[in-house]
Amino acid sequence: MEVLKIATAGSVDDGKSTLIGRLLYDTKSLTEDKLEAIERSSKQKGYDYLDFSLATDGLVAEREQGITIDVAHIYFSTNTRSYIIADTPGHVEYTRNMVTGASTSQAAIILIDARHGVIEQTYRHFFINNLLRIKDVIVAINKMDLVAFSEERYNEIKSDFQKLVAKSDYENQNITFIPVSALKGDNVVESSTIMTWYKGQTLLEHLEKLDTKDIYNNGKMRFPVQYVIRPKTAEFHDYRGYAGKVYGGEIKVGDEVVVLPSKTKTRVKEINFNGKKYNSAARRSSISVVLENDVNVSRGDMIVKVNELPKIEKQFTATLSWMCNKELTAGAKYILQHGVHKVLAKVSAINNKIETDFSGVKTNISSLQMNDIASVSLQLNKPIFFDSFKEHRTNGAFILIDSQTNNTVGVGFIR
Amino acid sequence: MTDKLHINDLENEAIYIMREVAAQFEKPVLLFSGGKDSITLVRLAEKAFYPAKIPFPLMHIDTGHNFPETIAFRDKLVEELGLELIVRNVQDSIDQGKVKEETGRYSSRNMLQTTTLLDAIEEFKFDACIGGARRDEEKARAKERIFSVRDDFGQWDEKNQRPELFDMLNGNIDLGQNVRVFPISNWTELDVWTYIENENLEIPSIYFAHKRAVFIRDGMIWSHSDFVYKDEEEEVEERMVRFRTVGDMSCTAAVDSYAATISEVVAEIRDSSISERGARIDDKRSESAMEKRKQQGYF
Repeated sequence: MEVLKIATAGSVDDGKSTLIGRLLYDTKSLTEDKLEAIERSSKQKGYDYLDFSLATDGLVAEREQGITIDVAHIYFSTNTRSYIIADTPGHVEYTRNMVTGASTSQAAIILIDARHGVIEQTYRHFFINNLLRIKDVIVAINKMDLVAFSEERYNEIKSDFQKLVAKSDYENQNITFIPVSALKGDNVVESSTIMTWYKGQTLLEHLEKLDTKDIYNNGKMRFPVQYVIRPKTAEFHDYRGYAGKVYGGEIKVGDEVVVLPSKTKTRVKEINFNGKKYNSAARRSSISVVLENDVNVSRGDMIVKVNELPKIEKQFTATLSWMCNKELTAGAKYILQHGVHKVLAKVSAINNKIETDFSGVKTNISSLQMNDIASVSLQLNKPIFFDSFKEHRTNGAFILIDSQTNNTVGVGFIR
Repeated sequence: MTDKLHINDLENEAIYIMREVAAQFEKPVLLFSGGKDSITLVRLAEKAFYPAKIPFPLMHIDTGHNFPETIAFRDKLVEELGLELIVRNVQDSIDQGKVKEETGRYSSRNMLQTTTLLDAIEEFKFDACIGGARRDEEKARAKERIFSVRDDFGQWDEKNQRPELFDMLNGNIDLGQNVRVFPISNWTELDVWTYIENENLEIPSIYFAHKRAVFIRDGMIWSHSDFVYKDEEEEVEERMVRFRTVGDMSCTAAVDSYAATISEVVAEIRDSSISERGARIDDKRSESAMEKRKQQGYF
């Protein structure tokens, strides 16, 4: 079983940290010393319950303000799976950190406070999960204890959320609703003894049985060349290995391949890893490849199978999530990093801003502010070799880097 | 559960990160303490570049208060693998008057390492320092990016970290800045031990149970040594212990143990109800001890 990565999303005080704490506590993943620290601090604050946010809010500023600013990665495991939870911030102003956490996750938990129901932040969280093509979304309707564990209230929220789902263009998404009380532990790991009207799985049961086949199997084989291994020793004098990670599918010895951008055809002669030769390598393997012909290959090039060419273009449109407090204006130039490949890019046009509440698009936009999401057109100085993000989660995404500050200022999803 | 597939996943991720470092930076270095995490890093680096040699040197910031077993192990490993090792000493920073040695009951040289590290980064103009920190160790570490940018004072701006998306690691930095790189961010303590077991890696003997002169303070087992402050009324005893982390002697507490082989260690960790850093005296100083150290440039 591969490790399952989950991102949580929820507004301030929806109880994300409490939910994670509850998962850790009920799966006995919290060690005594960490639990003692939580007990001590809860007492200091005068609470009559355990404040699990202390386990996840690792920064002083977070504990001072009682909010999550940046992603924390939390680890736990059961007999079935290892889990990594990216506890992401819910605040609008930290949307970029939420995207950061969600980008490496395969499933998402969206929390809703049962008292408040679906609010604007819920729209945004669901929207971002759609943008990132997160296939499995669990809607945890939390704080059921504060609405008298009411089935009616649960159904009301569920139906409100389904109206959102209807507005989404992501057809094969799996959405699961679970009524929980993270504070009391209902339906997180243990089934609720009060909400007997709920016949579904607990949150953990659901995670344990999540079918991950689809989410790991992402598209055609893409092998971006990361690094050229040239030992130049007596033993390996002429050795030239192309190191990289296999994305999607698998690569086999004898495969007919094309090296991009030169479009040179050749075959895979060897697949090497740590001094051993392999006949094939599966997706996500960090291997090195030796080619049959002496082709000129360098970092940023890509090896693909002959009948599976990606698009090779210098211009395209993309959905861009802007992450910088300096605004983006049309015509601005950035470094575009696509996988390990860096080129120069111009945002030639901002086509429209996409409202994260599913209300549609706004045209005639001259600039983007931090946390805006928009459709943009890009022009590059050299082509990149991409798929649409819908078809290939890794080969369809890129980041923009400001060459003056060197910061990552945006993430794009190619249409 | 840490089965083979899960460990392979983590290994592939770490190797990918190592190669990004070699490709994106001019002068990377691997921070090596002789502990299990940095030993794991060295093995991952070997695999990442085989059959070529590891394309960067190792550097140890030596507090001078290390367990002698660790230093002997460090030198042997470096020689066997034919690697370049740079050692910079905290004692030199003390002699130069750059840092002041702590005194008293809880004195430790651990904090002082930061200055020596930052000086060494400047001396060699390292632009990337690979470290064995893991997010599961401590709650400030849980917030760390894989490529963590530090300003030219070595400082971590925890409230304004660079977004890090998918597998795309942005290594672009200004002159004077450096990046701390954490290839085993997503590993847990148990993952590291499982890897050491699978790979049959050699580790310093202090990780295994042995008889040691120790004394008890604040419920923790401290090593009896010239480097560790001890009150006269604190009684030294012999005890079967081992260490879960290898830091400076003055900040690393031992645990009672009979685990004499790697598989016994793995079994012990699996059943342990205390976290790894529960035995780190330096973390007990305050709720935010690690965050404060990292802001100052600690790795």
